Amino acid sequence: MKTIKLLAVAALFIAIAAPLAMVPASALADGERYVLVSHAPDSDSWWNTIKNGIELAGEQLGVTVEYRNPPTGDLADMARIIEQATASRPNGIITTLADYDVLSGPIKDAVAQGVNVIIMNSGTPEQTREVGALMFVGQPEYDAGYAAGLRAKGDGIKSFVCVNHVISNTVVAERCRGFADGLGVELGNSMLDSGQDPAEIKNRVLAYLSANPKTEAILTLGPTSADPTIAALKENGMAGDIYFGTFDLGTEIVNGIKSGIIQWGIDQQPFLQAYLPVVVLANYDRFGVLPGNNINSGPGFVTKEGLELVEKYAGKYR
Amino acid sequence: MTQSQQTKSVNDERVKQRSRFHQALIRPELGGIFGTILVFFFFFLTARDSGMFSPTGVMNWSVVSAQFIIIAVGACLLMIAGEFDLSVGSMIGFAGMSIALLSISMGLPIWLAIILTFILCMAVGALNGWLVIKTGLPSFIVTLAFLFILRGLTIFSAIATTKKTIIGGVRDAAEGDWLAPLFGGKVLAGLFTWMGENGWIETFSRGIKKGQPVIEGIPMLIIWAIVLIIFGHLLLTKTKFGNWIFASGGDARAASYVGVPVKRVKILMFMFTAFCACIFATAQVMEFGSAGADRGLLKEFEAIISVVIGGALLTGGYGSVIGAALGALIFGVVQQGLFFAGVESSLFRVFLGVILLLAVILNTYIRRMITGER
Repeated sequence: MKTIKLLAVAALFIAIAAPLAMVPASALADGERYVLVSHAPDSDSWWNTIKNGIELAGEQLGVTVEYRNPPTGDLADMARIIEQATASRPNGIITTLADYDVLSGPIKDAVAQGVNVIIMNSGTPEQTREVGALMFVGQPEYDAGYAAGLRAKGDGIKSFVCVNHVISNTVVAERCRGFADGLGVELGNSMLDSGQDPAEIKNRVLAYLSANPKTEAILTLGPTSADPTIAALKENGMAGDIYFGTFDLGTEIVNGIKSGIIQWGIDQQPFLQAYLPVVVLANYDRFGVLPGNNINSGPGFVTKEGLELVEKYAGKYR
Repeated sequence: MTQSQQTKSVNDERVKQRSRFHQALIRPELGGIFGTILVFFFFFLTARDSGMFSPTGVMNWSVVSAQFIIIAVGACLLMIAGEFDLSVGSMIGFAGMSIALLSISMGLPIWLAIILTFILCMAVGALNGWLVIKTGLPSFIVTLAFLFILRGLTIFSAIATTKKTIIGGVRDAAEGDWLAPLFGGKVLAGLFTWMGENGWIETFSRGIKKGQPVIEGIPMLIIWAIVLIIFGHLLLTKTKFGNWIFASGGDARAASYVGVPVKRVKILMFMFTAFCACIFATAQVMEFGSAGADRGLLKEFEAIISVVIGGALLTGGYGSVIGAALGALIFGVVQQGLFFAGVESSLFRVFLGVILLLAVILNTYIRRMITGER
């Protein structure tokens, strides 16, 4: 009687697990196989665009692309996943370089075992070269800020304030430095450490603008600092009057662009960070062709004109 | 309840006679043994060609399983003693950060940083245990508080001293240290080089490591896991202290009436759990060369899941270290195996839940067979 129960449990286990495992086995039959390893936890919705990007690339090119991530976002677990991906002998691995110390070892081992690697999203061109990856596909923060600075300069801007809500993140601060260099002005005191709290950000922006009324432009570094800044500008009546640019997109930012409060938003275009590496790897494996440089997925400037597509594909491909 | 009582009085007419085969079969880890066979059988069928059973593949799930085993052994002994520790994951982040801050930011030598961190962690473990004993509160609540306290302290101390949440450079600092290789080193490197030269295992095909075997050696993580299993198993089944652990978890009051130092046993077990978490953290920091404030997230549940799959009772007084180790092995093999089998990664948690449920159901039947309860 008891043995029968045990057997029933075993049968149930296989019955549940088998069909799920069969799916990829058939998909493996044709085309190359690539694995994308991200550093994002399951709950991070930003990466959904990435998943859709590799899916579309896989369909169009007839290759299999698998998405893997550490469920809790633990980078040590991510290192194990890269090791695992290498052991499964894929044609190539696409991964982020979120922490050079933790991830460089497994990535170097993958390269040395003959697996082609492309770094996406996080990392620098120097680190990419050091681990032996083919290229880096992402948005270099300084260059993105510089491009934005040039654009603002063309619009006649001579002074600005950069609202930085992640002052401890040195990479993101590069955006402010690039913007200042693009404008051709000293960064000096133009970087405002706003903190993370919406009310605090709003009040600090208000205080800065009343102390420095000649400020011509505002640069925010993401929705966290952009949303309260919009509220601050509406309160002191400068909305629509002051030149306002921001990094990354969000609902409030898109509305701000639509209503003319924000001149442009910089999109790092995650879709391209997922789609392009698959295309590059597939063509490299098939024909041996490889672009000669790193690919900048951003900055993509979103203005009033291009909003329709952004709204249509928000959360899917944008 | 212990096995020694069952086996000693064979000729006593009050004890039901059982065949030797039956005797060998019914043990707490039976569910774990059965599950391990099933899991390997399953993945051998579905993921045989995926590299899962190649040398690098085997090394991959072995290391992941060894990580689970290290924290599961501690959690297992504590659970048998009747208590929980939900602060294991936070303790891992805390210990790693402590080593990085002491060595990199404060400039202490690595060996001193490691020793101080072990002392600190075991002190926190002792504090956990003391609070549970002193207040009489469930350990679930006390250690839940420490889950938050330790995680918060880790993030705060990292930001306050370095303005960063990831501190690197430990690998360079550990160069030439005498204690660091005990956690982050690899053994039997010569054997693998020899195997690589003979073409038995693959070698790197390009780059500066060309010609070297793809496996450098057995990581110390695996050695620690084996040592902890042997230590835990012997402690639990062959010593007086082991009987005290069972007694403290089975019925603490009855145990203290017959002279078992229940408080001491429980506090020592809390310290041992912290010790295991600290080994995990040290090995991780030494291998990867950096400490992050978010390391070890949810590891406490992974430890508890391993122990439960291995047949231990959540209420204490019943379980085995071998079972917990097998539970950790199942967990590790399933986690990495699902990647090898190419299963959509968002389904991972579904599998985890299903396996946990099946393991608990199976173990309940087995325990009823053993204890005769209905």
